[in-house]
Amino acid sequence: MAERGLNIIVCVKHVPETAEAEIKIDSTGKAIEKAGLVFDINECDDYALEEAVRVKEKFGGSVIAVTVGPEDADSTLRKCLARGADKAIRLTDATFGGSDGYAIAKILHNAIKGLPFDLVLTGALAGDDGCTMVGPILAELLRIPHATMVKKIELGEGVAKVNRELEGGLEEAVEVELPAVLTVQTGINEPRYVSILGIRKAMKKEIKVLGLADIGLSENDVGEAGSWIKIESMFVPPVEKQAEFIKGTPEEIAAKIVEIIKSRGLI
Amino acid sequence: MAEIFVLAEHRQGRIRDITFEMLTKGKKLTEQINADLTVVLLGKEAKEHARTLSEYAKKVLLIEDTKLENFNSEAYQRVLSNLINEHKPLLLMIGHTSFGVDLAPSLAASLKLPLATDCIDLEFDDETFLVTRQMYGGKVNVRARVRKAESYVVTIRQAAFEAQKPAMNGEIIEKPSSLAEEITKKRFIGYVLPPPGGVDITAADMLIGIGRGIKDENNIPTVEELAKSLGGVLACSRPIVDKGWLPSDRQVGSSGKTVKPKLYIAFGISGAFQHVLGMKNSDLIIAINKDPNAPIFSFSDYGVVEDMFKILSPLQSKICELKGQKT
Ligand SMILES: Cc1cc2nc3c(=O)[nH]c(=O)nc-3n(C[C@H](O)[C@H](O)[C@H](O)COP(=O)(O)OP(=O)(O)OC[C@H]3O[C@@H](n4cnc5c(N)ncnc54)[C@H](O)[C@@H]3O)c2cc1C
Ligand SMILES: Nc1ncnc2c1ncn2[C@@H]1O[C@H](COP(=O)(O)O)[C@@H](O)[C@H]1O
Repeated sequence: MAERGLNIIVCVKHVPETAEAEIKIDSTGKAIEKAGLVFDINECDDYALEEAVRVKEKFGGSVIAVTVGPEDADSTLRKCLARGADKAIRLTDATFGGSDGYAIAKILHNAIKGLPFDLVLTGALAGDDGCTMVGPILAELLRIPHATMVKKIELGEGVAKVNRELEGGLEEAVEVELPAVLTVQTGINEPRYVSILGIRKAMKKEIKVLGLADIGLSENDVGEAGSWIKIESMFVPPVEKQAEFIKGTPEEIAAKIVEIIKSRGLI
Repeated sequence: MAEIFVLAEHRQGRIRDITFEMLTKGKKLTEQINADLTVVLLGKEAKEHARTLSEYAKKVLLIEDTKLENFNSEAYQRVLSNLINEHKPLLLMIGHTSFGVDLAPSLAASLKLPLATDCIDLEFDDETFLVTRQMYGGKVNVRARVRKAESYVVTIRQAAFEAQKPAMNGEIIEKPSSLAEEITKKRFIGYVLPPPGGVDITAADMLIGIGRGIKDENNIPTVEELAKSLGGVLACSRPIVDKGWLPSDRQVGSSGKTVKPKLYIAFGISGAFQHVLGMKNSDLIIAINKDPNAPIFSFSDYGVVEDMFKILSPLQSKICELKGQKT
């Protein structure tokens, strides 16, 4: 392994930032309005890519970033290339719309099954639909083992020793045979900043674009037809308890907060 | 009669809460569609657990094997595949936990059964089966129809259902383990405990929580100062720990600590359910967030829609004023 290095595939998703944005449900009632939202690499995929690049730097080898998404997703792939990925593949087809995690996993599987790899990294979950399933399904389709929610990776001869995150701060150490799919959790490393030079160099690297026919799938395998679940309606979550809003100038708000705390006998 | 399976989750000798939450929802579903509720329990020496669980279901299917001592998705997948092929349950419920997300997707894919993850509600109608789940960090809910199949697999969000004790008297059925060969591709090594922390946020009466809204590490001391003046302790959401700005013993939430202080103030925390899980039972919750639609406001007693940096300094001086008066 150490001699020939490791070939790593990283699956990355281009997702909208929604924590701070105003979300509106569109006229279909089944999706949100995407216009005006800022898209970027999915949070845990950022950590997955960084982990892949670190492994490459240590052992040698290559990193390929793969995404299923529209042309706009190129900006996420460019970011990966600038960070140290060697190649990028974008899977785009009109038939891919409406794909759930299962359909996405099938698309990724067909796109990468012919490539040489020792390790496939994905994020633990996508920040938009949060299926938490693409990685382990991909592993099942590739007939290789997997470990999810990974917080630490140590590579040995033909195996990866990883720490999986459990609840309440606990972790478990498990060993998986390579090749394997590992789904990476946030906080595993500190993703690096991209240098100007890196970005400039990345602009010259090619992004390979493949469609449905190129990867040997049919229309029934992808989109809604190839998915396990289909969204029927989208709505604003019902509010069980609504906070009482404190209004006024910052001084008035501060005074009111202190008054509430004091009335509870906490100050 | 149709059967609903609930997979029991246990770790280090304890049955985890999610199991009872799923059994409660499972019982309701079986009443609605006239089905039987069965809990599936895999483990090494799990008879004690089986007795506990027998009060929650019609049947307990118990499979004991030393290879099932610790959770291993490879071993679980093999045993469950056999069970599902044999019993063809209408529904298999698994917790949307670290354990469940390692198991359910590959199990469903290998059996070619549809899976819906992180569900907060379930419902059968004449046609098929519908689930409710959240998207975009809890900002929207979706109702989704699951593709028609003989069996459905779901993972259930923690704390989505409240556990109740139905006092049933289920039959415990022991089944032989179908694990013949060794588990080879995935091996459990051991549990790794979190590093001992310097601060115990679970012991604090007042917690000041900061989230990604803090923007920069250099803004933390201001909030820490406020916490000190108030006599409280600084806590945070996960991204603050991920960035290395605060140690992990300060993290509130499902993968951090569960806290129940007399006061929890959330500055710049959106209120993702993994965070809320750790703090929603605090006596008094005040959230400051510039987004009026932040989910945190549905879990707070008081809310302030404002830039947190405009509130910090007047709050600090008001507290000092008051404390100064007292002494
Ligand atoms: C398996 C798993 C386990 C997890 N465990 C945990 C856990 O234990 N604890 C946890 O916290 N998270 C956990 N998470 C992560 C969780 O899903 C969220 O990503 C996280 O809680 C978001 O943190 P945040 O609210 O600080 O950041 P964001 O969601 O990015 O929200 C930032 C908020 O700050 C507000 N804001 C920004 N600027 C300002 C300002 N100037 N003034 C006021 N408000 C401002 C924004 O409006 C926004 O609402 C877990 C995730 C997974 C997948
Ligand atoms: N459209 C996509 N393209 C590439 N990778 C994806 C895509 N969707 C999901 N993934 C990968 O699968 C992980 C888990 O996604 P999910 O199962 O949808 O929560 C993500 O973090 C990505 O690494």
